[in-house]
Formats: sequence, C-alpha cells, structure tokens
Amino acid sequence: MWEYSDKVKEYFFNPKNVGVIEDANGVGEVGAIACGDALKLMLQVDPATDRITSARFQTFGCGSAIASSSALTEIIVGKTVDEALKITNQDIADFLGGLPPEKMHCSVMGYEALRAAVANYRGETWEDDHEEGALLCKCFGVDEGMLERAVRNNNLTSMEQVAQYTKATASCSTCAEPVEEALERINAAMVSEGVLDARDAFVAGALPPTRRAARKTSPLVELSAPTAPAKLTTVQRIRAVEEVLTELRPVLQGDGGDCELVDVEGNKVMVRLSGACVNCQLASVTVQGIQQRLAERLGEPVRVIPVPSGH
Amino acid sequence: MKPVYLDNNATTRVDPRVVDAMLPYFTEQFGNASSIHAFGADVGTAIRHARRQLQALLGTEFDHEIVYTGCGTEADNTALLSALETQTGRNEIVTSVVEHPAILALCAWLEKTRGVKVHYIGVDARGRLDMDAYRKALGPRTAIASIMWANNETGNLFEVETLAELAHEAGALFHTDAVQAVGKVPMDLKTSEIDMLSLSGHKFHAPKGIGALYVRRGVRLRPMIRGGHQERGRRAGTENAPAIIGLGVAAELALTHMDDENTRVRALRDRLEGGLLQRISHAMVTGDPEHRLPNTSNIAFEYIEGEGILLLLNKAGIAASSGSACTSGSLEPSHVMRAMKVPYTAAHGAIRFSLSRENTAEDVDHVLEVMPGIVETLRGMSPFWDGTSETRSAFTPTYA
Repeated sequence: MWEYSDKVKEYFFNPKNVGVIEDANGVGEVGAIACGDALKLMLQVDPATDRITSARFQTFGCGSAIASSSALTEIIVGKTVDEALKITNQDIADFLGGLPPEKMHCSVMGYEALRAAVANYRGETWEDDHEEGALLCKCFGVDEGMLERAVRNNNLTSMEQVAQYTKATASCSTCAEPVEEALERINAAMVSEGVLDARDAFVAGALPPTRRAARKTSPLVELSAPTAPAKLTTVQRIRAVEEVLTELRPVLQGDGGDCELVDVEGNKVMVRLSGACVNCQLASVTVQGIQQRLAERLGEPVRVIPVPSGH
Repeated sequence: MKPVYLDNNATTRVDPRVVDAMLPYFTEQFGNASSIHAFGADVGTAIRHARRQLQALLGTEFDHEIVYTGCGTEADNTALLSALETQTGRNEIVTSVVEHPAILALCAWLEKTRGVKVHYIGVDARGRLDMDAYRKALGPRTAIASIMWANNETGNLFEVETLAELAHEAGALFHTDAVQAVGKVPMDLKTSEIDMLSLSGHKFHAPKGIGALYVRRGVRLRPMIRGGHQERGRRAGTENAPAIIGLGVAAELALTHMDDENTRVRALRDRLEGGLLQRISHAMVTGDPEHRLPNTSNIAFEYIEGEGILLLLNKAGIAASSGSACTSGSLEPSHVMRAMKVPYTAAHGAIRFSLSRENTAEDVDHVLEVMPGIVETLRGMSPFWDGTSETRSAFTPTYA
C-alpha cells in the first residue's frame, strides 16, 4: 500500500468541500472516467472583488486524487483569482505533506482544474479541446501546454517523472518519442532562461547523469568556472566545443588517453576517444563529463557521441 | 471486531499446524538432506514424506514428478525455458492475455531477446479463452502452450484438460500455472494430459518462499538453476527443508478441507456476492460465474475508483484487493479487466474478494454491512454519479 501522509489520509477520509455549487460562476472539468481520474471544480467568485468565496469539488479517483481536490479547495478559498492562479501543483502536494511520486499526477489534475475553472469564470475558452497535433498522449489527453506547465512547475527532467506527473506515455507509450522531444525542447528553453541547470536537462537518448557527476568530483567538471550562456552561431559553437576539448585533453592525456573533435551536428557532438580511452570501462563517465562541460559552455543540452576510430 | 481478511488470492495465513510441523527443522533437525549423518538422514526422510503429502493433493503417481522451487514464478519460468530447450526446432509459445506476469513478462523477454514468437490468445467479455484462436495458434513450431488453471483476479477456470490434449495434437508440451487452483480444485494428475504444472505454497496456507513444478514422467526438464544434484539435478540448491515440510502439511490440510472449500466457502462467497449485488446498484460480477474458483468474487462498482474503496474497507477492518490502476502503481486498470473489455465506467472500480477456509459468516456479514455505505460515500463525491439509481448505466450487465 502507498505511504500516504496523515494529511492525505485526513483529507481522503474526511474531505472538505465535497459537492456541487448550484450557481457556480466558474466550473472546470478535467480528466475522464476512462483515464481513471476526473475532477469537476466549482467556484463561486465575487465579480466585484474577483475573490473566490467558495469552492467545491466532485472527484472520481483514488485516495490521493480526492485528497488533492479537497486540499485545492481549501487553499484557494479567500484568494483572488489572480492569487489562486499562482498556485502550482507542488503547493497542493506540499499542503498535503507530500504525495508519493507515482501520485503527483493527482496534484497536477487539481492545478489543471483550477486553470480551467478560472478560464470559465473569465469567459475564456479553455484550450482543452486539443488541436490537431498538439495532443501528445492520446490515452490520457495530455497536450503540449499541459506538459510544458507540469515540466516547468515541477522541474521535470526525466520521462519517468513526466509519467508520474502527467501520466503521459504510461499506457500504450506510442507517444514516447514526441514526448521525449517536447521534454528536451522545454528543458533546453528552461536552461537558456537560466531556470534549469544544463547538467539536469533532459537529452533524448543520453545516459542518465552518473553519481560521480552528481557529486561534482569529476576533474572534468571542475576545470574552470562555467561561462554565461549566450546564443552562439554555428562557427562560435564549434569554436567553443574545440576550446572545451582543448581544456580537457590534458586531463585525458594524463590518464594516457586522448580525445578529438570529429563533427558537430545540431546538439550532437561527435568525438573520437583514443589511446587509453579506447576500451576503458570508464569511457562513458568521460563522455558524460565532456557532455556536462560542453552543456555548461554552450548553455544548452548537448549529446556527446563517441565515434569509433577510423571514421 | 477482528479484522476480516478477504485477500487470500494474494496470500494466505500460514496454518498454525504447518508452523508447528516446520519449527523442529530450524533448530533441532537442521541438517542438510544431502549429508550422510543422522542429521541429514532425518531431514531426507521428512522431505520424502512431505513429497508424498503433496503428491496426494495433486493426485500424482511418481515422487520424482515433483520438483521443489523457490516460488510459483520460478516454476513458471523453469517450465517455459525448459520447453524451448528440449523441443528442438520449435520456438513458439502459445499463452493467454490474462496470464500472471510470471508468464507474460517472461514471454515478453523471450520475444525481445531470443526471437521467440509468442501467441497471446484473447478472452471474451466473461474472460473465457478464444478456443478457435488457440487451436489456430498451435502448430509444428509450437514448443509449449501455457494456460493458467485459474485466473487470479476473476477466479475463472480454464479447460486445461482439453487445452492439453489440443497442444499434444500439435506435438507441443502443455504447462499450466495452477498457483490459484491448487488446494481449491480437486486434481488427479495421474490421469491427466498436463505435462507441467506450477504451484505456490503460500496460496494455500503454507509459507512464502516455496513452490513446486510438477513434471509428468517422461517429460524432459532442463534445469534453470544449476549447481547441485538436488531434485535429481533438476533444481540445484540446498533443499528448503522447513518450507518443503510445511508445504507437505499444508497440502494434507488442503485435501482434508477440499469439500469445505467447495461447499461452505463457496456458499459464503455466493452470499457475499449476492448480498452486495442486492444492496448496491450499478455493480457487476466480472468473469465467468459458472466456471470459477469457489473462493473468488470480483465485482466492479461503477463510477468509483478501486483504491478509495480499499482504503475505506481497510479502515473498517476489511482487507480486499483491486485490479485498479491506482493501487498497483501502474496507471491502467489490470490487464485482465482490459482483456475482458470491462466497461471503462466500471473497470477502475473492480474489487476482488477472495475467501479461504478461515472465513466465517460473520466476516461476510461485516462486509455486507459496511460496503453499501462505502460505495455511497465515494459515489457521492464522483462527478459521474447523479445521486440516484436512475443514473443511466454505461453497461448492461449480461450476468450478475
């Protein structure tokens, strides 16, 4: 069984604000019964002050979905609509004393319902009727907008987290590729905005960060201070890559190895490892180190691909 | 009120008589059955006795037809891997979409890494195997067909005898995962066509960590675990003597209670099921009520989600389980519910009650007392329930 916090249990066993507001002037409905959870959020907003005077919900879903819905109504009552919109799903999870990672999508559902209800109150169209192409995960109805909000609000940097927070890819997984691409794109944008460390950014197909890298004990990581990210031209990018490699080569040569640049293609950097690096069991760690240094210098996620000698 | 345990398909309480029989083999008769001295010899004798006890439950003729394993999953893995090795020139498996992951995950791995072709036979709305598709899938390339004896979620029984005969017509071996059936269904394997059968002790009041694979005399078996002569070289590793002895006693007790299981326990199950359907609208029995284990009832409650039901049941001291997504960590309802195409309005609210000989009429009464309130509470929160039993139902229960 899940390890639910006492607060989650309290809000599941004795949920507050369950039910219907007959004359609600802001209603948001998200999810579907087929998806396994759905939430209808009803708001009573005072048009004079824009303040939420009451909030009620109806939820189909598991214990944490019901608790998250109830928590949301508790959080937003008394706030103005603008204040309420500043709430993220993390606030809902925090209010409940945390949720198991697999259950974070319950808090995201609350967050999405709030946005839908506010849009309804303001007379805006809620862009839930996903336009062709924008819908990424057909099984759970996750579009690019929802994915981007979840990724940004929660600093998601892995496909596993994306599934836990939005459920995207968790069923038939045919959307894995477009979701990977979207996550990579969103993370890259976050890196260039300075809100995400380039080392954490998701790069499709890249190895997960090694423990060594996470502890920053690799000599490759600590060679020099990271430079400020800036938009680079192709020539500047190649020069920057060469500079980084020049800085790193003495380290590799110290271990009897070497590394040279073969090609740069978009965010892919092809390098050739030689000397003691060939067949070295730690070569992947080296590649990871180079990748991190390059990502820092270029200010964007980079994928370093070792190519065999003779190419 | 004492807790009501209705999750016996997940695991059972070890019978105190089983524990009593096991205890001396930890501290007093702790020898290794392979040893020549008295410590070892005593254990060897006890294991031989335990094997005969299990044989009696299964109705097998020869003691060497039983190979002890660490669990039912190991038995399943051994059976399929062995068949692929011994059935030269055959590299296809026929199985069903509702098997336990012990079979399904292995098959997926074999497809991916060994180029084995696996035919997954579907089921109808009641979970009954598509016999035509099964016949068509069998052929000269089939190494083994593996179909469970009883389904763990619905309790559905499969016609393993017929399925075994059909497999043999195609020159294929037949294995059955009987983990849920052993101890609940009378068996007489000495007259059966079944080549291999997996069982697990903890499903019938033996401890966890002991299982067995029945291998019909004459069927070749390649070991999955090598490294010793135990079990005639077919499963290496020092015998888990206390567990094997416990399994023997559990088998004897299961045989003694077989009638009780199929009369009193069945009646309790039927009263529970009938009572719930009578008290709660928009609920349906999933599976095939006519052909299922006597202890299992799987009921899908419309417009609510299983985890909430289980949490509230647990609060009332009742343990049950669910094929719902939210309880398992996966985000989809169980593969069994999906395979039967249980309507989406109900698939997330499927609850499995599984009884054992230890349950009483009071247990059933307690569930009947609290369950309507639990369903009402959750439906009261559900946006899909309009508060009256007149709510248009998305499914037409063809059986209930």
